[in-house]
Amino acid sequence: MEAYISLFIKAVFVENLALAFFLGMCTFLAVSKKISTAIGLGIAVMLVQTITVPVNNVIYHTLLKEDALSWMGITGVDLSFLSLLSCIGMIAALVQILEMILDKYFPALFHALGVFLPLITVNCAILGGSLFMIERDYDFTESVVYGVGSGFGWALAITVMAGVREKLKYSDIPAGLQGLGITFISAGLMSLGFMAFSGIQL
Amino acid sequence: MSAVIDKETKKVLIDPLVNNNPITLQVLGICSALAVTSQMSTSLIMALALTSVVACSSAAISSIRNHIPGSIRIIVQMTIIASLVIVVDQILKAFAYEISKQLSVFVGLIITNCIVMGRAEAYAMKNPPLASFLDGIGNGAGYSLILIVVAFFRELFGSGKLLGIDILPLQQDGGWYVPNGLMLLPPSAFFIIGMIIWVFRQWKPEQQEEPNFKILDIAHGEGGQH
Repeated sequence: MEAYISLFIKAVFVENLALAFFLGMCTFLAVSKKISTAIGLGIAVMLVQTITVPVNNVIYHTLLKEDALSWMGITGVDLSFLSLLSCIGMIAALVQILEMILDKYFPALFHALGVFLPLITVNCAILGGSLFMIERDYDFTESVVYGVGSGFGWALAITVMAGVREKLKYSDIPAGLQGLGITFISAGLMSLGFMAFSGIQL
Repeated sequence: MSAVIDKETKKVLIDPLVNNNPITLQVLGICSALAVTSQMSTSLIMALALTSVVACSSAAISSIRNHIPGSIRIIVQMTIIASLVIVVDQILKAFAYEISKQLSVFVGLIITNCIVMGRAEAYAMKNPPLASFLDGIGNGAGYSLILIVVAFFRELFGSGKLLGIDILPLQQDGGWYVPNGLMLLPPSAFFIIGMIIWVFRQWKPEQQEEPNFKILDIAHGEGGQH
């Protein structure tokens, strides 16, 4: 149990996908203008991450890993080069299914999250989470914890960023830096701050 | 007629470099720009890989654009892009193993690089294959430009080298230059891209964004109290 808690803390703070690995930056910068939209997107990412990381884990361990097909009587097959294709295929499929389910059964939630869902397929944080899961060889329970933790960490980062930007729009900024430029610089300062977590050993 | 096509082609190729740069104006494809730019060599390979993927995927998607059902188009685009990325990944592993190790997951993350998807969605779905191919090359070049400029500053000031060749002699080797360690850390990429955006927008004022609030000049009485 302790191992899972420490994995969760690590995924949220020490190895924050957005601020320590710089994944999902495009949406991180494009959709962080308002706190409410940032929270919406953060929740959507968390939801998708929690589903996709464990699903990709199951697929990787039962189909793609070296000798993983031995339960079907086939040995000596290594399909791990297909993991990129299967991961992204799975993510795109799950996002589209999620979109359809939300549209049909939860229209209110669909209207709140709807515009963000297609963006999530191209969010590097989602694919990056699955690729890190494969690289670090997590088992199923660990992958669930990692999925929740990394999604939460990303949601936290984008919410904080939106908070900074909401205050930032009242400040007097040189014309050329207005908007995107100052956002980059403040994201840089924030990631400097998050680097303080990088020395923590749990 | 040919003059029109030439002008159009030129516009598609040149526009993304400064006027409509994917990174500084469209805010696409930033993840890899931050992560791989601590050395010139890795960013050159990354720029090359991304440009070839964007160009080929745009051409492929645009040639089947009339046959893709709207509701599953994202999966179809993803499959094409992912297959191309797997090819690039395998080629890098075969011929440039050292660099592919350094790039690690970021070659795989070309799949989710928003430039590739963004161009597929915004341009290739509406235009013929050749134009889409050129649009891909143009946007790839715009991305490469930023990547190479960022890598130039980070490698030169972070380790005193360019492409692994000593330019500024380091103090620890008896030279005079004390390397700036911050340049090797990812936050410096944010700062440098922010500065590049500043320069671009100072140079092309039409790219500047409108501020949400203007600071009033209260001293002249207009904003006085009641």
